[in-house]
Amino acid sequence: MTEYLRLEGIRKSFGAFQALRDIQLSITQGEFVCFLGPSGCGKTTLLRIIAGLETQTEGRIRQAGRDISVLPPAGRDYGIVFQSYALFPNLSVADNVAYGLVNRRQPKAQIAARVDELLKLVGLPGSGSKFPAQLSGGQQQRIALARALATSPGLLLLDEPLSALDALERVRLRQEIRSLQRKLGVTTIMVTHDQEEALSVADRIVVMNQGVIEQVGTPMEVYRDPATPFVADFVGKINVLSGELHPGRNLRIGASCFACSMDTDAVRSVKVYLRPEDVLARPIAPGDANVFHGDIDKIEFLGSYCLVSVRSGDIGPQPVTVYLSLNYLAEQGLEVGSRLPLRLLPERMRFF
Amino acid sequence: MSAVLPLPTTRALRQRSHWTDRIAHAALLAIVLALGVFLAAPLAAILLQSLENRAGAFVGLANYTSYLATPALLRSLWNSVWVSALVTFITVPLAFGFAYALARSCMPFKAVLRTLTLIPLLAPSLLSAISLIYWFGNQGAALGLIRAFGVENIYGAPGVVLAECFAVFPHALMILVTALSLADARLYEAADALGTSTRRKFFTITLPGAKYGLISAALVGFTLVMTDFGIPKVIGANFNMLATDVFKLVIGQQDFQRGAVVGLLLLTPAVLTFAVDWLVQRRQTAMLSARAVPYRPRPARAFDAAMTAYCALIGALMLAMIGMAVFASFASFWPYDLRPSLKHYTMGLVDAEVGDAFVASLKLAAGTALFGTLLVFVGAYLLEKTRGLDWVRPVVRLLAMLPMAVPGLVLGLGYIFFFNLPSNPLHGLYQTMALLILCTIVHFYTTGHLTAVTALKALDMEFESVSASLKVPFYKTFWRVTLPICTPALVDIARYFFINAMTTISAVVFLYSPQTKVAAIAILNLDEAGEIGAAAACAVLIAAASTAVTLLFMALGGWVDRRTQAWRAPAGR
Repeated sequence: MTEYLRLEGIRKSFGAFQALRDIQLSITQGEFVCFLGPSGCGKTTLLRIIAGLETQTEGRIRQAGRDISVLPPAGRDYGIVFQSYALFPNLSVADNVAYGLVNRRQPKAQIAARVDELLKLVGLPGSGSKFPAQLSGGQQQRIALARALATSPGLLLLDEPLSALDALERVRLRQEIRSLQRKLGVTTIMVTHDQEEALSVADRIVVMNQGVIEQVGTPMEVYRDPATPFVADFVGKINVLSGELHPGRNLRIGASCFACSMDTDAVRSVKVYLRPEDVLARPIAPGDANVFHGDIDKIEFLGSYCLVSVRSGDIGPQPVTVYLSLNYLAEQGLEVGSRLPLRLLPERMRFF
Repeated sequence: MSAVLPLPTTRALRQRSHWTDRIAHAALLAIVLALGVFLAAPLAAILLQSLENRAGAFVGLANYTSYLATPALLRSLWNSVWVSALVTFITVPLAFGFAYALARSCMPFKAVLRTLTLIPLLAPSLLSAISLIYWFGNQGAALGLIRAFGVENIYGAPGVVLAECFAVFPHALMILVTALSLADARLYEAADALGTSTRRKFFTITLPGAKYGLISAALVGFTLVMTDFGIPKVIGANFNMLATDVFKLVIGQQDFQRGAVVGLLLLTPAVLTFAVDWLVQRRQTAMLSARAVPYRPRPARAFDAAMTAYCALIGALMLAMIGMAVFASFASFWPYDLRPSLKHYTMGLVDAEVGDAFVASLKLAAGTALFGTLLVFVGAYLLEKTRGLDWVRPVVRLLAMLPMAVPGLVLGLGYIFFFNLPSNPLHGLYQTMALLILCTIVHFYTTGHLTAVTALKALDMEFESVSASLKVPFYKTFWRVTLPICTPALVDIARYFFINAMTTISAVVFLYSPQTKVAAIAILNLDEAGEIGAAAACAVLIAAASTAVTLLFMALGGWVDRRTQAWRAPAGR
């Protein structure tokens, strides 16, 4: 695993506003990294700093062993794709893809061959003579991708490339981008605010908030082991329950006692973070530990499964949200007002 | 005090510039330099001149106090103010009615009527003054009409007011049409659903919506009249106004110092109205959201008929104005022998060397259109689409907007003061065609600049970033992408420069030499020499040339659209 890109102490301020604070990050060759965070968290600014479109107030960037900290964009080595596609509307698709190649004074035939190859790569062979306006949004973004890859850059930067597309196209294109990236092995950074997108394509996710990195990890780590309450909240759905941690791995929520994986020397109040899928409705056998009973308060229908909100006197006034399959609701004859048992998994609880 | 805050120890990083960026920086600095020399410096020269005596010594406000002590000059100031106010008061409601008919009724022949109102823009503003002399002058065709209203003589204030109304009308109309077209149909639908009366809709939706347009039209009208030179010169007789005073002081009496004071007096209201207008425009744009539904008028027989009658009347007045000038220019010997002849044309063109002036006019207009479009577009591009050199950009923005606030008369005055200085290394430019072209470009810079900026802002912001990432220098992207996409805007800018250069008087009146005398100036000279028939012929020629050029530019625009904009509406395959 060789390091390809290294950010050291990147700071960016706009006047008094700190957009980025002391960013440290290392990305290895061929990795697909997502910058994930709410709008205004600094993820796009960070991407633009890597691209040289903005200049960091402080900090160093090394790419492939070269210090690029203060190099202008044209002096760096990357291809970039923007949310708006930024295709040149008056040039044909082929001319768009060849835009960076023409400047390298290659023979015409060689350029044409490369354009054909790239169009095939992004799944749009034969569209070279069309104008961008004749293509759908998803097709235009594929062309933008081909244009960015034309010069075989060492780094591919994607600035919310899927945000302008409709839901179906978004899912399709993100998988295509992923498999393309695998095939070419190009180190890739994608900025997104869509956690599902990040979870599904990234090798590693960089979760950002208010100009700092909250967590860097694989999608599984970020989802299962959120480092901060912010990450837990931002990635996936989560229940937050107030409770008290007692010595002997004992957790009290409301009037109930639960076993947990965390020990303490003295009683202290905690926030318990639990994903909806970590609150089990089945299988529950008689005599199982960590079980409580509640009444269904609300059922939100989401297709094959439902998001069910349960209130229980056992744990006080706070509702708990669980995922239940449509089949299960039907089998058990559950509806709003029904009573059901639920079990908490001790090893899945996170405390902050 | 021992608690001294520690100074920040690190300085913000600065990106190294690519050599292509340095080209852009140099070009941007060149634009700043050009605007500095040909706009800021002449204006500064006026200010300096107003604070000096004839010997060039600093005298503080002495010129101002001596001006205020001159009753004749004060009377001119008062005349200028009340005439401007009166013209604004008459023209804006008339133009509002016309704009309302265009935007809110189903009146037939809208395009024709609209075109008629644009006629005054095709000729120097003094064409309407010449026409009025033929209608109501001492030998006028309808002298009895004004006598019946108790006006003894059209020369003086009545003539100036009437002629200015014609000159200002198209300007006010353009602003008001824009303001009234920006209506959101959903507001009217909501009002209808609530059973609102037509009257109440007008006063609660229409008028507030057009409020900024009305303010803007009034301000523009006021400033135009205040700073117009041609009309009072032709029909004002002994009725003195500020604009004519400047000319008399500077050219007649060579009193540069008091000329400068009057120049600044003219500049002040213009700058004020410009500032107010700028604020108002900014709010206006925020008013209409992207989701608004455009208003579509519905037929209403009585209302449409009334509106048609009203607009036809205005259109007829416009026709009467241009028509009389055309007719009189062909009349053998007004008012005794009205048989058509080309006497005035041959006399004017051949004997009074108006032919040369006409060629000079075309040179001026072509030069202004060519170099002006180039300068304006490159300037706007460098400003909007290149990176770095951030301290220069606000300066360029300000200098590009400033000409809007500077009346041509004041600009011309500044050019005399600045370029006539023997110590100025650019003194050699004085009275050359090059300087006339430069002055005219600067005079009309702002509108061209705004058109270019609007066109450029419609382009994706990231074109330049993509190009940089592909290591394509900015000028290649400018040539292959930006320029082809913006050609329609370029044609618009060129046409605007051309027409205005053909018809402008105010700035060039200070700067021409016998070799560079343009046709618009020749009209003034012919009028002064009592050759009003030839003056009319000359004005008609300019109007005809402007019309021809407008049509030519429209054809060019169509051709450019077909050649370069094919990608806009691509045939689906």
